[in-house]
Amino acid sequence: MSGEERVLPAPPVNPENEAFFKAANEGRYLVKKCRACGEAHYYPRTVCPFCQSADTEWVEGSGKGVIYTYSVMRRAPVPYAIAYVTLAEGPSVMTNLVDCDFDALKIGQKVEVTFRKADNGQAIPMFKPA
Amino acid sequence: MSLRGKAFIAGSYEHPTRNAPDKTLAQLHAEVARGALADAGLEMSDVDAYYCAGDAPGLGPFSMAEYMGLKPTHVDTTDTGGSSYIIHVGHALQAIASGKARIALITLAGKPRSAGQATGTAPRDYGADTPDVPFERVYGPATANMYAMAAMRHMYEFGTTSKQLAWVKVAASQHAQHNEHAMLRNVVTVEEVVDSPMIADPLHRLDCCVISDGGGALVVVAPEVAKSLGGRAVKILGHGEALKHLNGGKIDLTYTGGRISGTRAFEEAGLAPADIKYASIYDSFTITVVEQIEDLGFCEHGKGGTFVADGNLISGVGKLPFNTDGGGLCNNHPANRGGMTKVIEAVRQLRGEAHPAVQVRNCDLAVAHGTGGSIGTRMGSSTVILGRADA
Repeated sequence: MSGEERVLPAPPVNPENEAFFKAANEGRYLVKKCRACGEAHYYPRTVCPFCQSADTEWVEGSGKGVIYTYSVMRRAPVPYAIAYVTLAEGPSVMTNLVDCDFDALKIGQKVEVTFRKADNGQAIPMFKPA
Repeated sequence: MSLRGKAFIAGSYEHPTRNAPDKTLAQLHAEVARGALADAGLEMSDVDAYYCAGDAPGLGPFSMAEYMGLKPTHVDTTDTGGSSYIIHVGHALQAIASGKARIALITLAGKPRSAGQATGTAPRDYGADTPDVPFERVYGPATANMYAMAAMRHMYEFGTTSKQLAWVKVAASQHAQHNEHAMLRNVVTVEEVVDSPMIADPLHRLDCCVISDGGGALVVVAPEVAKSLGGRAVKILGHGEALKHLNGGKIDLTYTGGRISGTRAFEEAGLAPADIKYASIYDSFTITVVEQIEDLGFCEHGKGGTFVADGNLISGVGKLPFNTDGGGLCNNHPANRGGMTKVIEAVRQLRGEAHPAVQVRNCDLAVAHGTGGSIGTRMGSSTVILGRADA
């Protein structure tokens, strides 16, 4: 099973990302979307990377996606699965796959968001088989 | 405007050390600088341009210029990780062609091995201000597992196999057996590669490059300087560089920035991949070679696994002899940055100074290519096409 004992280094929270991490602490998964071009992007930023508009907004994400690719790091104190998950909203996001049998993971598999705590208590979005 | 032939590589030097606990980082930079200048037949006082990257100690070029007694009037500290030095060759070409420099020195050195750095398996932290860090660092992106994710996707989309990837290491080991300085001189088989311990699925231990101390340097000069130094200089025929990143989440890990840098370099040179007799391809991992061979146009996208199999990269055996020094997989990966040694071995091949067992016959045109950063996230790719002086 996945690395429950892994120590997760807390992400640096800043004015541009604090809404994302605050929502995560409430069990919500936000996606950043551009009002000008309508595209969602990742990682979330103030200026849209596709049309460069500053008119971006946070929207409630579905928390659903499929595995684009993954790898199980065997050479770690607690092995873990890193992955890119392609969200239903469009962008692919770096994440960890948890609550799963590492040896049964497949590209294309459906997954959904779940949360783990970082070393400072911050909730971190991760994904598990749906 | 094509800069074809507007500058030459007149000197190159690879430090023989692979483990240097008794040397300082600055000393290694100075030693490789001396080596490359001696190879060119030039002095430190001849240098008017100095290029280095993030492996050099201190802020930008200041500390090393002072240490070595350089007084450069043109500097470049472009840092794209391991491909920096191939980019530096291109920037030296531009500076020389525009009259801003005549003799450019490029140095690289590092000591990750004696420092005990877990280069491939420990996640690196690029600092809180780096905008991607809050959304990536917590998930444990190390070098090996990021390249592994590219390999996993390549396998999924194209049916590439671990055995095909293994052939890249097999070819490198066939070459390294002849290199007295190579860290790993033992010849390995496909079975030994795929049976070696899994590091990050699907990459095994022998899919990964070595961690070594050392360094290298290049001297890039104006055509009239090359002429005055005799006939050993190698002509720069074309250069390209490109950044690729995660593109706001619209990702494709099955190709690298080499697709763009390679196209630009071949265009400038007026050449095609079929013209190339020898290729230095950055081999941080076996998958790096497969993707970059496709990106450079040696085969179609997705066919790299088939292309590298069955010894096709082995000098004297296959169609595309590559990394005849043993590459990063077997020879040397100083400072965890493999671009410099790629150019150095291409220069050896064009001069006919590679080991006789791996020297490519009538080697008149070569490519040196690398990708720095990570093919799993953001990267800088650079390609240089080199030829003999008469090319």
